[in-house]
Amino acid sequence: MAVRTPVRPRISRGRTPGIIRGRTLRATDARWGLAMSMPTLLILLVIVVIPVAWTVLLAFQRVTLLNIRSAGIQGPYSLANVEQVIRDPGFVSGVLVTLAYSVFGTAGSIVIGLAAALALRKRFRGRFLVRGVMLLPYVTPVVAAAYVWQVMLNPTLGLVNQVGVNWLGWKHAVPFLSEQTGHLPLTGNSVSVPTALIMVILFDTWRYFPFAFLFFSARMQALAPELEEAAMVDGASTVARFRYIIYPQLRNVILLLVLLRFIWTFNKFDDVYLLTGGGAGTQVVSIRVYQFLTAYSNVGASSAEALLLAVLLGVFAVLFSLFQRRTQAGP
Amino acid sequence: MSRLRSDAFQEPFFRYAGRLFLAVLFLACIVPFYYMVMLAIHNNQDVVLHPMGVLLPVGRLALAPFRTVLSGKSAGGQGFVPFIENSLFLAALTVAGTIIIAVPGAYALARYAFPGRRLMSGAFLVVYLFPTILLAIPLFVFFTRAHLLGSLPPVAIVYVAQTLPVAAYMLREYFDSVPVSVEEAAHIDGCSRWQTIRRVTLPLSIPALVSVGVYVFMIAWNEYLFALLFLVANPGHWTVSLGLAELSSDITVSPPVLMAGSVILTLPVILLFFAVERFLRGGLTLGAEKG
Repeated sequence: MAVRTPVRPRISRGRTPGIIRGRTLRATDARWGLAMSMPTLLILLVIVVIPVAWTVLLAFQRVTLLNIRSAGIQGPYSLANVEQVIRDPGFVSGVLVTLAYSVFGTAGSIVIGLAAALALRKRFRGRFLVRGVMLLPYVTPVVAAAYVWQVMLNPTLGLVNQVGVNWLGWKHAVPFLSEQTGHLPLTGNSVSVPTALIMVILFDTWRYFPFAFLFFSARMQALAPELEEAAMVDGASTVARFRYIIYPQLRNVILLLVLLRFIWTFNKFDDVYLLTGGGAGTQVVSIRVYQFLTAYSNVGASSAEALLLAVLLGVFAVLFSLFQRRTQAGP
Repeated sequence: MSRLRSDAFQEPFFRYAGRLFLAVLFLACIVPFYYMVMLAIHNNQDVVLHPMGVLLPVGRLALAPFRTVLSGKSAGGQGFVPFIENSLFLAALTVAGTIIIAVPGAYALARYAFPGRRLMSGAFLVVYLFPTILLAIPLFVFFTRAHLLGSLPPVAIVYVAQTLPVAAYMLREYFDSVPVSVEEAAHIDGCSRWQTIRRVTLPLSIPALVSVGVYVFMIAWNEYLFALLFLVANPGHWTVSLGLAELSSDITVSPPVLMAGSVILTLPVILLFFAVERFLRGGLTLGAEKG
């Protein structure tokens, strides 16, 4: 015997009663949805889509802030900007510096963030205090954070050099943010290191590890404890439990963080600019874009450099997703 | 058995290593802020004479750095009070703009099927990931041409565009969690669509509105690049971030004054953050990065 369930009208979400002026509910919903999202779409179009398209056009026009009025959509177009930017002696080193900064800054913040999330898994007294303090570097305005570092690394009265010279026996103070190449005495030999670049990378690691930490601890709260307990009963060591149980579950978070942090570090401007002004071997591509724009008023070259930055970033993103797909398809 | 023995070493090793690591990380996070505050409450002579002595608040404390930062240019100070007003105005404008625009957008995404829905989500992702510096050039050129350089409202519009994706995403998540049946009840009681949103959905969404507001406020308050590009030519409209950055390029400004300015810039954000921290987690993991 089949029991017939009473047929109930399907209620769509956000329904208004009945049909309005002969339109179906679905059509009314669509109209409302479109109308309500119009301001959002409009502002994104005006402030994001059109400007980006315009950057692409500007990159192929010889435009400076002085002749900008005469520049139109019709051109003339040329590759002169791209040529000028690529031929510039600082271009290759700028790309390499940006790459080093992004790779090490990304890796640093993710590794420290992961370690912090792992170490904070166990409950202990003061856990929430530690957690709160660890978010400080992330929420602090970049200008304030950069200047505290500047003062701390100051060669004459900064905390780091005071401790180094007075207590650690450094022979002389180190101008951390203005020294392009330093010499690190290592087991008798002197090793050259890019001092300022390392400082900028450390600053980035310090400022953004909380971002990774927040991602990791959110994911770790969702880990099922049974798997780990079972592994423990089976005698799996701490390293083995991380390697075979925790890490596989964190893998997607790691990949997401690598992608986000790499993209954001690659076009980071203010952190580096505020710390070193782009000097001492820290002239990343975004600072070159800014300098072309403001110091030389060369809008065309600036756009070309920015476009190259975006293209490079796009290439890396594609390579990354290919790599990701391959490793996921593998055993 | 050998596995058990290996953990007999590993377990305590990682336990102590973890504690040591946390202690070092804790210090690395707190010492710069402690140093900032300590320098800000000392006179420059004391800092120069005893660079390490100022770490303990036992010597002569001074409010002079704060007085210098806050008092007007005519009184020999750095005139930060107008900067604070500008920052507050800009942040308030950005918060209002973002909320007014994001609420209907997010509501539409949560409740209606409409053409352009996927386009909107795609646009959000693009803005979220896009190099800010790429936007800066055309906007700078446009503002220069339209004689808008140096005024605050255009900057607020740029900030709104920057914060819109995350704000709309957070609100949409929240609207998804508001039961549709509550809204239907309002409809049956005779509320129109707008009335339902205003009288039912929004009052239920106050926690989300607060956290979005704080997120947007923090982004607008902390922002530096666009403020630098669009406002640097007009000192009357500098924000605190920009004013502080310009202050540091003046070599006659002493470290305590610089740090006092940093405290003024940092304190409101940190207080606000910890006041609403438990609401804010979702937004933070999305990225207080942008901007």
